[in-house]
Amino acid sequence: TMASPDDLKFQEFEEATDLLLADPGASTLSMSGSSSTAPAGATGDIKLDMSDDEGQEESSELLRGEKQTSGFWTFEYYQSFFNVDTMQVLDRVKRSLVPLPGRNFIKHTLQSSPDLYGPFWICVTLVFSLAISGNLSTFLNSLGSPDYHYRPQFHRVTIAAVVIFLYAWLVPLGVWGFLTWRQREERQQSGYSFLETVCVYGYSLFIYIPTSVLWILPFEWLRWLLILVAMVISGSVLVLTFWPVVRDDTQVTAFATVATIVVLHALLSIGCKMYFFQTATRTPVPTLAPNHTAPQLTNKTH
Amino acid sequence: MAQVEETSKRMFAGLSDVSISGDIPVEGEINVPVGTPSQDKEYSTLDEPVKDTILRDLKAVGKKFVHVMYPKKSSALLRDWDLWGPLLLCVTLALMLQGGSVDSKEDGGPQFAEVFVIIWFGSVIITLNSKLLGGTISFFQSLCVLGYCIMPLTVAMVVCRLVLLGGSWGFSFIVRLIVVTASFSWSTFASTAFLADCQPPNRKALVVYPVFLFYFVIGWMILTFSPSA
Repeated sequence: TMASPDDLKFQEFEEATDLLLADPGASTLSMSGSSSTAPAGATGDIKLDMSDDEGQEESSELLRGEKQTSGFWTFEYYQSFFNVDTMQVLDRVKRSLVPLPGRNFIKHTLQSSPDLYGPFWICVTLVFSLAISGNLSTFLNSLGSPDYHYRPQFHRVTIAAVVIFLYAWLVPLGVWGFLTWRQREERQQSGYSFLETVCVYGYSLFIYIPTSVLWILPFEWLRWLLILVAMVISGSVLVLTFWPVVRDDTQVTAFATVATIVVLHALLSIGCKMYFFQTATRTPVPTLAPNHTAPQLTNKTH
Repeated sequence: MAQVEETSKRMFAGLSDVSISGDIPVEGEINVPVGTPSQDKEYSTLDEPVKDTILRDLKAVGKKFVHVMYPKKSSALLRDWDLWGPLLLCVTLALMLQGGSVDSKEDGGPQFAEVFVIIWFGSVIITLNSKLLGGTISFFQSLCVLGYCIMPLTVAMVVCRLVLLGGSWGFSFIVRLIVVTASFSWSTFASTAFLADCQPPNRKALVVYPVFLFYFVIGWMILTFSPSA
């Protein structure tokens, strides 16, 4: 006769414990949470069909031991780039603000665990801080003139986003590509991965966030001084990171590489300052300048 | 050797006698999404009048608005997620942000599509960010929470448009600044109350900061709305 379902469950558990008592070394598989008792060989084969939440918890734990074994089409692959805590992010930001000679950002601060959280959100914050501060400074500049009509100038957000994100991704790509190619040519040992390059560029942009806010103050000498300070700090983070890699190369290549990095960085900051924070002498929208004042005072007809 | 074989055969024989008609009992938590209350399962909702269907959904949306007004740590908002409320709020906000600085498309405020994209794209990015950091909230639940918590900012937009009828600068600006600041803090606080529990404790700030930035940007769009001359 068939036993009732309750009896069946109880019997099965007993059987399992009996089996274990007979052979304690047998491999066990627990179906709940993180299986710390599962042997190393089983983790790759067994796919546990768990809910979304538990699955991520388990695989991120596994990934700490084995780096990036998932394919790039899985969610866990991208989760490995966000494996940072609050204190870690704050620490990395602090180190990017205080570059000390001999402190290679990638080697000392990142320590082979680059993250994408910092670069991404620093870029987003920088985009909005540039657009908002630029808008505020234009407004403050024109506060005296009676025919100025405040405009949010929202298109600046789009432009800032394109410029910052292109810089933060294309320049590291170029630098990494060039360094990897030279490394293969000269057979050098150390090289940085693409992610580490993106990471150091992202964190080096942090200094521009307070700089862009301070650029609101309408003093030209202050703005250029701020650019200088920001360039020195941010540039030295980059130079201190990349110099140890290129110095084994020929003198010309080494200096050219470092010089290019610094020049590109300078172009970014000067370009941002000139576009978003225009001086009071120039009108904000030069294209509309001649006919602009007259229609302002009359009603618009469409 | 034969003895071991016999005992194992006996044990395995016992196992094979056990007929498992149902599932293997699994340990652990299974989150069964509790959607509609159980009495709905007893009758098909196809036969009910359309008015009942609409009213039920409207009541659910209304209940969530109340939850945003008084954010307690209740899980009702998370369980029965819906995107009607966020859609309604987003469209209302985007429509109200139109009609300002109509002289040129270049220098004006955000276009309808821009507001829409910022709100939805921003919510998606924040949700992805929180999931990548190891959050246990599901994708649509997070979209639902972020969308509903725009409500204080929409209310602020209505207030701002009313205040703007009485002039743009001076006292009106101070009132608008206070209203927008208060509502953006309320939005951030409300959504953090719902979202922060789903994060590991050492990453809470990493998740809260993008939410703060999101509502700050929306608040700035509202504050800088200036009607046409």
